[in-house]
Amino acid sequence: MSSLETADHPEKLNRVVIEPLTRVEGHGKVTLLQDNDGHIRQARLHIVEFRGFEKFIQGRPYWELPVLVQRLCGICPVSHHLAAAKATDMLVGTQQLTPTAEKIRRLMHYGQTMQSHALHFFHLCSPDLLFGFDDEVRHRNIVGVIEDYPEIARQGVLLRKYGQEVIRLTSGKRIHGTGAIPGGVNKSLDRHEIDYLLKDIDQMIRWGKDAVELIKRIFFEHEAYHLAFATIDSNMLGMIGDNGAFELYAGGLRARDRDGKLLFDHVDATRYTDYIREEVKNWTYMKFPFIDSIGPENGWYRVGPLARVNNCDFFATPLAENERQVFRQLASGKPVQATLGYHWARLIELLYCTEAIKELLHDPDISGTELMSRGEMQGCGVGVLEAPRGTLIHHYEIDDEGIVTRANLIVSTTNNNQAMNESIRQVASTWLDGNELTEPLLNQIEVAIRAYDPCLSCATHAMGKMPLEITLVNAKGEVIDRLEKGATGLIRRALV
Amino acid sequence: MSGEKTFILDGKPIAFEDGDTIMDAALRAGEYIPHLCHNPEFTPHGSCRICMVEVDGRQVSACTFPAAEGSGVVNDSDQLTAQRRSLLQMLFVEGNHICPGCEKSGACQLQAVAYYTGMLALDFTHFFPRRSVDASHPDAVIDFNRCILCELCVRASREVDKKNLFSISGRGINSHLVIDSPTGKLGDSAFAATDKAMHVCPVGAILPRHTAYNTPVGKRLYDRQPVNMVGDVAGYEETDER
Repeated sequence: MSSLETADHPEKLNRVVIEPLTRVEGHGKVTLLQDNDGHIRQARLHIVEFRGFEKFIQGRPYWELPVLVQRLCGICPVSHHLAAAKATDMLVGTQQLTPTAEKIRRLMHYGQTMQSHALHFFHLCSPDLLFGFDDEVRHRNIVGVIEDYPEIARQGVLLRKYGQEVIRLTSGKRIHGTGAIPGGVNKSLDRHEIDYLLKDIDQMIRWGKDAVELIKRIFFEHEAYHLAFATIDSNMLGMIGDNGAFELYAGGLRARDRDGKLLFDHVDATRYTDYIREEVKNWTYMKFPFIDSIGPENGWYRVGPLARVNNCDFFATPLAENERQVFRQLASGKPVQATLGYHWARLIELLYCTEAIKELLHDPDISGTELMSRGEMQGCGVGVLEAPRGTLIHHYEIDDEGIVTRANLIVSTTNNNQAMNESIRQVASTWLDGNELTEPLLNQIEVAIRAYDPCLSCATHAMGKMPLEITLVNAKGEVIDRLEKGATGLIRRALV
Repeated sequence: MSGEKTFILDGKPIAFEDGDTIMDAALRAGEYIPHLCHNPEFTPHGSCRICMVEVDGRQVSACTFPAAEGSGVVNDSDQLTAQRRSLLQMLFVEGNHICPGCEKSGACQLQAVAYYTGMLALDFTHFFPRRSVDASHPDAVIDFNRCILCELCVRASREVDKKNLFSISGRGINSHLVIDSPTGKLGDSAFAATDKAMHVCPVGAILPRHTAYNTPVGKRLYDRQPVNMVGDVAGYEETDER
């Protein structure tokens, strides 16, 4: 763990705050403590929201879980919808979903992973990657991308739209649908709906491939820099298919250490508490999960696209598998630890989703009529899947009447908590240390965080020209510098 | 037909028979008057006040007021619609009606009438009352958060089921639905899933178990047509479509 987590005498240091973080989902802030020589002594990512879903879901009937808890998020609610649905499958004693139910849920999940990844790359991160981290702030946004690269922006918007259409047809609505219910789904697809999606799928696969080519071109333009920026060595955790295939919806958990050695494999995800524990720290609302066998100091890990593409043995679709092999060459077979590799891995996953959607659209099971299967009620249900941002765990207990008595949610971003903190510390010590802090330099902190695609609140998302104020206070508590970014995006140095 | 008695509803002649209320005659003629506590199968109640109309300049509840030869009835006016919206808003803030998570959404008469009257937001402060969920019955659940005190279940249990299981207790803002059982719990009462009272709730207060969200979005009662075209929830509740 980095030594920049807690400074010895914070009261003697100057404090710089980046608040709110922009172009991420939710609200968070970063605090940096500098000594009088400008050296960074402490860097922390704080999550400043408190949501309370685990508490207020208590007392509600279990069948409301998939519909209520998905309201955590407007970006990837399907993840919460399906994780809760999987947990309620256990509650209603479903041993095996019908083929139609499982495939409709997979289709929904691939659609949402596709749209979420497209949103993240094109809308939120492409401005940094296309224009440079130090580009003028008024230009470094999606509008700038539309102006300078209209075709890239168009493809991003339409890729996301397609994913949203898959969600609409499988769950009833583009956002916050009701498709997955305890023990199955409430609809399958009819011929008209399948043909509607088939019409554009080949175009989506082509654009998915183009997106991977784009990130490769960007990455290799400044390969050494991109390999080094915010890079940390970490363990990796993710879901894996029975045969080692890349998996997003159902499978065991696999963890590798920093060198790629297996820590555990094909672990029953519903027994996550045997392998993962959580630590609480007094300076943030977000917990710090770690692999129990290694301990909190070194047991933290990364989840999400980087971990999944590193962890799996292969992709089951040809184009994504080709791209995985290219990606893995970056580290000569060891796990790719480059934090900006998240973007690359994310777009390989987007490509995979387009291919997997096409396969499912040709599968007759998605028009089946057997939608539900149920058994004996159980008191405890755990649902685990790979959300776009990483491993997502929903864990519920109910009483004899079916009322929720306990809930525990470990969301993807929580899994990446320590890793995001380590990445910003790497950036702070490498690029900011000893320098006068400027907006472009501080944006590098945000670039490191954005790579993880965090969902800080899982419900709101801040984008673009959020008001930003950076204040530098010296050891005597005197304000010696202040930068303000107004709602118009203009930055000015305040008189102090 | 000569000798037929009529009154005028928003400019249209409406035929009626002796003993009809304005609501009876309007419904038979296919004319919609917004309502929540009315169901033609039970004794009219006149409590929700959504069906208030103007008869010769005077406001009355259409479900209880007798139709009269030659009278002029106004149902569709800006003033009455605004008044209905206010009443609906009061119902929404008085309970905990969280449509986005409610399994009755899309097939809820309160929601449908609110849409019909153009109620898109609330002008009043939510009460956020603390109310319970009674899940003690193996086939049904009562979520008191959503009860609007229409007394349709009270009347169905009394008049059709002959069980008299429900009643309203308390006064004014403290009025609430109570269940006749030793513990006050539904599971300890004589309530059965086949009871008429199971199928008349216009909101998501009395719900069957094991059917939540079974109907996909797009196929729910009010997804394609508004309440004035498809009618009340009660008829729909007793079909297999739910």
